[in-house]
Amino acid sequence: MNPAVLIASVYVFALAAFLGYQVISRVPPLLHTPLMSATNAISGISLIGSLVLAGAKGYPLPAHILGFVAVTTATVNVVGGFGITDRMLKMFRKKPDAKPVAAESKAAAK
Amino acid sequence: MTLTTYFMEATYLVASILFILSLKMMSHPDTARRGMFLAEGGMFAAIVGTLIGAHIVTWTWIIAGLAVGSIIGAWMAVTVPMTAMPQRTALSHAFGALAAALVGVGEFMVNINELGPVKRGALGFEIMLGALTTTGSLIAAAKLQGIIQGKPVQFRGQNFVNASICLGMTGCFVYFWIHPEASTVFYTMLGLAFVFGVMLVIPIGSADMPVVMSLLNSYAGLAAAATGFVLGNNVLIIAGTLDGFSGFILSVLMCKAMNRSITNVLFGGFGAAIAEASSDAGGVMREISLDDAAMQLAFANRVIFVPGYGLATAQAQHAVRELAELLEERGVAVKFAIHPVAGRMPGHMNVLLAEANVPYSALYEMEQINPEFSSTDVAVVIGANDVVNPDARDNPKSLIAGMPILEVDRAKSVIVLKRGQGRGFSGLENPLFFKSCTSMLYGDAKSSLSHLAQAVQHV
Repeated sequence: MNPAVLIASVYVFALAAFLGYQVISRVPPLLHTPLMSATNAISGISLIGSLVLAGAKGYPLPAHILGFVAVTTATVNVVGGFGITDRMLKMFRKKPDAKPVAAESKAAAK
Repeated sequence: MTLTTYFMEATYLVASILFILSLKMMSHPDTARRGMFLAEGGMFAAIVGTLIGAHIVTWTWIIAGLAVGSIIGAWMAVTVPMTAMPQRTALSHAFGALAAALVGVGEFMVNINELGPVKRGALGFEIMLGALTTTGSLIAAAKLQGIIQGKPVQFRGQNFVNASICLGMTGCFVYFWIHPEASTVFYTMLGLAFVFGVMLVIPIGSADMPVVMSLLNSYAGLAAAATGFVLGNNVLIIAGTLDGFSGFILSVLMCKAMNRSITNVLFGGFGAAIAEASSDAGGVMREISLDDAAMQLAFANRVIFVPGYGLATAQAQHAVRELAELLEERGVAVKFAIHPVAGRMPGHMNVLLAEANVPYSALYEMEQINPEFSSTDVAVVIGANDVVNPDARDNPKSLIAGMPILEVDRAKSVIVLKRGQGRGFSGLENPLFFKSCTSMLYGDAKSSLSHLAQAVQHV
């Protein structure tokens, strides 16, 4: 890696770490489970590395197969992670909803 | 650089910004959901950018992987019950880490001769963190799901064995770093990391899972960030670092909430020396009948519910919400007290209660609610144990001494819903159960709560 690129990468890492600390320490304990699920989905961005491995020019078949597995697991994280996070966040509400919804969730409880 | 490469890099920049914005919007439940839409948009842009800009020649594996992954992911997103959220999260840590590790192996197979010393170092970290997080998270998920026993698995010389594995793995890493052509050493490192992950998590008891989950979250993120260094890809570095730091912050919070250090959680083997350390809380536990308990609740002014992991195992979140609503209709002020490590992952109880339609304005954090217990008529403990153990505060010899607790014993009376007379997960005796203000209501939490609700209606 040429030194300029390396230094730039280290800058990116350090700034992301700092920013991450600032942003994430403001997330209330109430939302810690969705937070974990969301950051998980976001780190499913390793999918883009997997895509390259699975199909880019110059990679042999074994690499494609490893790439296939990696694409699969990363996609599970992206789709599953965002899906579940949304399902959780939908449930957080300030005041109990009007009767129809309450009745619905009562039915679901049984 | 060609035009498509510029386009790809632009999508990565957009994705990075959207990811950060989405986490910022996580700071409030009102904006969190919109924030996630932004993150989804960022992810979509980055994927499209990669497919257009990365010189893809073989589409078969990509399409197959995207299809299979989407089906499994969507199926999980729709079907996993909220009570199983810790297992699901552990599993996704495993998947994310595995993807990072596999990308690392692929890089080794194809590009190892072009990697300079810095990238080789990053590759080593990616492989080790990725592999150990994969197996570690799988073990954690199996423990949480009850496939393997939740109790710590310990044997003589465990720390010595673990240290040897860790040393061997590090040795392989150093050798590989100097001699990148040594593929046997590289794969030995991979294998040892897989084994190390298992060894790291089996000695940890279920009650410590919130810390372990957070740590594994952190490792999975850092593995992705290391991938970013190897591939020279900034969006991977940013997203991985955000994930890594989020996990790290949560680990620190969880450890604080248990008054323990991360080393102690990882290598302490909690629950080994129980017998001597338990306080000699003697006396009898006073049992209470359903009707008496219902009477107490119905005529109280202030009631605080304290949920623990038992609420999740009994799936009693809807039952407690119904009881709380009935009490509120009678004019009782009802609050919920949430200990940071209640349950098996950070925020576990909040999600369960939100699922049951309890408004989050009724959920209180430990620091907020503790001063209120002394003016509370009835505190109802539902399947929580260590987080309400007054020994942590009063008995300096206790194993959990110094752990901040919910001070339910300051309430005028305490009703403890418990499956049986046994001890909690940590195996500690809980003097709260023997106090004169405490009465016990045995049985499955869900049926106890719905019976209580019925009884309250008839008061």
